[in-house]
Amino acid sequence: MKFLKFLVVGIIFGIVLVKSEAVSWYRIYEMFKFESFHMYGIIGTAIITGIILLLLSKQLKFKNVDGKQINVPMKDRGVFRYILGGTLFGLGWALAGACPGPMYVLVGTGVFSMLIVILAAILGTYIYGVLKDKLPH
Amino acid sequence: MEYLLQPWPWYVSGPLIALIMFSLIYFGKTFGMSSNLRTLCAIGGAGKTVKFFHFEWRSQLWNLTVVLGAVIGGFIAHQYLSVPTNIELNPKTIEDLSQLGFKNAGQSLLPNELYSWDAVLSFKGMLILVIGGFLVGFGTRYAGGCTSGHAITGLSSLQRPSLIAVIGFFIGGLIMIHLLFPLIFS
Repeated sequence: MKFLKFLVVGIIFGIVLVKSEAVSWYRIYEMFKFESFHMYGIIGTAIITGIILLLLSKQLKFKNVDGKQINVPMKDRGVFRYILGGTLFGLGWALAGACPGPMYVLVGTGVFSMLIVILAAILGTYIYGVLKDKLPH
Repeated sequence: MEYLLQPWPWYVSGPLIALIMFSLIYFGKTFGMSSNLRTLCAIGGAGKTVKFFHFEWRSQLWNLTVVLGAVIGGFIAHQYLSVPTNIELNPKTIEDLSQLGFKNAGQSLLPNELYSWDAVLSFKGMLILVIGGFLVGFGTRYAGGCTSGHAITGLSSLQRPSLIAVIGFFIGGLIMIHLLFPLIFS
């Protein structure tokens, strides 16, 4: 089954996010208060490891499963959408204490009230799609 | 096994998250959790009226499979890989939170003051979760990614747009915690 590998990656992702406490509302609050290194340590070591892995695979001309060069999708150029969209996301992230990955993971831990946040996030995405052409990007 | 049951330190968790990102790129995909929200809109039929949701959502089923796995992973970690422990928050954080009305900080993953059904079914509680979720959904799509797509994948590949987005994440988060929390919770 070709989807099995994605299921396994997802399971590992869910386990890591719970065991690292990155799914905790309290950890997000503490991060924005600059009262703990924990979240900075997680994100920082993830980025450093990521940079090394991507640079190495480029140097070694590492191929993906399809036999093509390892490729990371490039984000469009721009400033406005990133700073404004990012700020709106940050407001929601700090309030709900969960970003899109942890939202799903937390449902698995039995926090079913998180489904309300997920539904609201789907609504927010929908409204963005409706307004997209009217917003500055 | 005992080590596995305790909370994992940041220097173990961070590199593991990078490996998750890298494995998805190795499988010819990418690491981006908020894209699934767009896919769910498309599955719900939003593509009929809104162009942004008019795309072949079946091509994104792999990512929804990652989501399904994440839910299962959350269940496994919580049920079988955890012993009851408090989150070791900074005592200063616990003190700050208690002044905002949050008791027992760190004794569960999420505060009962926001996520218990009693809280959720109150007007204010419901409003907080809906506004929080709405901003996450709207903001990530506007910014073209969330923590996984921008902070982890985008910064790992040294992309300037992602750096700008992550700066935005922090502007928003700092405004919420430092300026708005004292107004919302008092």
